[in-house]
Amino acid sequence: MDIQEYIESGILELYVYGALTAAESEEVSKVLKQYPEVEQEVEQIEAALQQLATAAAPYNPEEMLAVIKSKLQNKDGVVQLPASRSQQRTRLLSFISVAASVIFLIGIFILLNRTNNLRDELRVVEIEKTKLESKLQFSEDALTETKEILAVIRDPQVTKVPLAGQQIAPDAYVNVFWDKSSNKAYIDALGLPEPPEGMVYQVWSLTLDPLTPTSMGLLENFSEDENKIFALENPNQSQAFGITLEPAGGSETPTMEQLYTLGVVENNA
Amino acid sequence: MQPDELILRLQQKDEKAFERLYTLYSESIFGVINSVLHDTEASEEVLQDVFIKVWDNCESYSSKKGRFFTWLLNIARNAAIDKTRSKSFKNQKKNLTQEYFVDILENKNSFSTKVDAIGIKKYIKKIGEDCKKVIDLLFFKGYTQKEASEELEIPLGTIKTRNRLCINKLRAILVK
Repeated sequence: MDIQEYIESGILELYVYGALTAAESEEVSKVLKQYPEVEQEVEQIEAALQQLATAAAPYNPEEMLAVIKSKLQNKDGVVQLPASRSQQRTRLLSFISVAASVIFLIGIFILLNRTNNLRDELRVVEIEKTKLESKLQFSEDALTETKEILAVIRDPQVTKVPLAGQQIAPDAYVNVFWDKSSNKAYIDALGLPEPPEGMVYQVWSLTLDPLTPTSMGLLENFSEDENKIFALENPNQSQAFGITLEPAGGSETPTMEQLYTLGVVENNA
Repeated sequence: MQPDELILRLQQKDEKAFERLYTLYSESIFGVINSVLHDTEASEEVLQDVFIKVWDNCESYSSKKGRFFTWLLNIARNAAIDKTRSKSFKNQKKNLTQEYFVDILENKNSFSTKVDAIGIKKYIKKIGEDCKKVIDLLFFKGYTQKEASEELEIPLGTIKTRNRLCINKLRAILVK
C-alpha cells in the first residue's frame, strides 16, 4: 500500500469524524496499528479538530464535573441525606478539592502537552539532521570524484586524445584521458549532444592497419551524469578512439553512419 | 496520543480515569454540542448526559472500531440532535438550521487555554465558505459523505479530498 497516497486521500479525516461505515472504520483501525505514520497523522488531525471544537464551547466546563460525579453517585445508590450545615461545608470542601484536582490535572496536561511538543520538535530536528548528513555525504562523494578526475587530467603519464566531431555532428568534441599504466580511459563527453531515447553512445578502441574496432563500453546514464566524465577499462593497444551512437545495450560492431567523434592517439609508440 | 490505558481503566469503572478523560475531552465535546444547539444551558445538560452515558456504556468502546474521540463525538452529536427534537427546546429555538460553529467562533472573545484563539480566529477568516460548510456538516453535524455531497451539491468523489485540504489549512495554522 502507498501510505502517502492513503493519507492524502482524506480517509483519515473522515475516520476521525466518524463519517465512515463501521467496516471501513475497522479497516482504518487496522492500518493505523500497522503504520506509525498513519497513527501519527490521525493524532494530529484529532488534535486539530479537538482544538477547533473546544473553541466552539461556551466556556470551560470543568466545574460541571462535580455535578456529573454526584449524579453518578446517586445512581450507584448512595443515599443523600438532607444537607446539614456541616455537610454543606464538606460539600464545599469536596467541591474545592475537586476543583483543585482538576486544576492540577490541567497543569499536568499542559506539561504533558509541552513535553509532547518538544518530542515532536526533536523528531523534526532529527529528520533535518539526517537530510543534511545525506547531503554532506553526497557532496563528499562528488568532491572525491572531481579530485580523482583532476588528478588524472594533471598526470603527465596520462595521454590526452582529443576526438573531433564528424560529419553527423560537426560541433561535437570529446577528450579521452588514457592512463596506460592502469589501463583506464576517462571519457570527457561534455561536448556530445544528449542521446535520443533508446540510444546510447558506445566507445571504440581502434587499431588502424588494418582498421579493427574493439568496444570499450557504453556511456550509460548519460543524461543523469553531471560531470559527463565516464571511466572505462582500456587494456587495448589503441591507435585511435571513436564514439558512435548505438541502440540501447550497444552493438557488436560500430555503426559508421552514426560516428560522432574520432581522434588519433599521437606519439603512438 | 490516545490515552489507551485511561480508557481501559475507565472500562474497569475507575473514577480517577473518568475524571482525567473528562478533562481531556469534555471541552471539545462541549463545543460540538454547542455548535449544534447554540444554547449554553441546553448544551450543559447534554454534556452531562453524554458523560453519564460514557460512564454507563464505556465497555462498548473498542479501539478496533475507531478512535475514542470519534466514539465520544457520535454519542455527543446524537444526544445534541435528540435535544433539538425535544419539545421544550423546539419552543425555545426556531431557526436552528441557519447557525453553525463559525457563528460561535466569530462572536466569541474568551477561549480556553487549550485553544490557540488567535490561530482559530485567523483560520475562520482565511478559509472559504465551502470549507466552513464541509467541516460543519461532516465534523460538527455528523453527516455522511453522501449526505454532505447532496446538501452542498458537490460531487461525492471530491468531498473527501476537499475536506482534507480544509483540515490541512487548520493544521498549518495551529502547528506554528
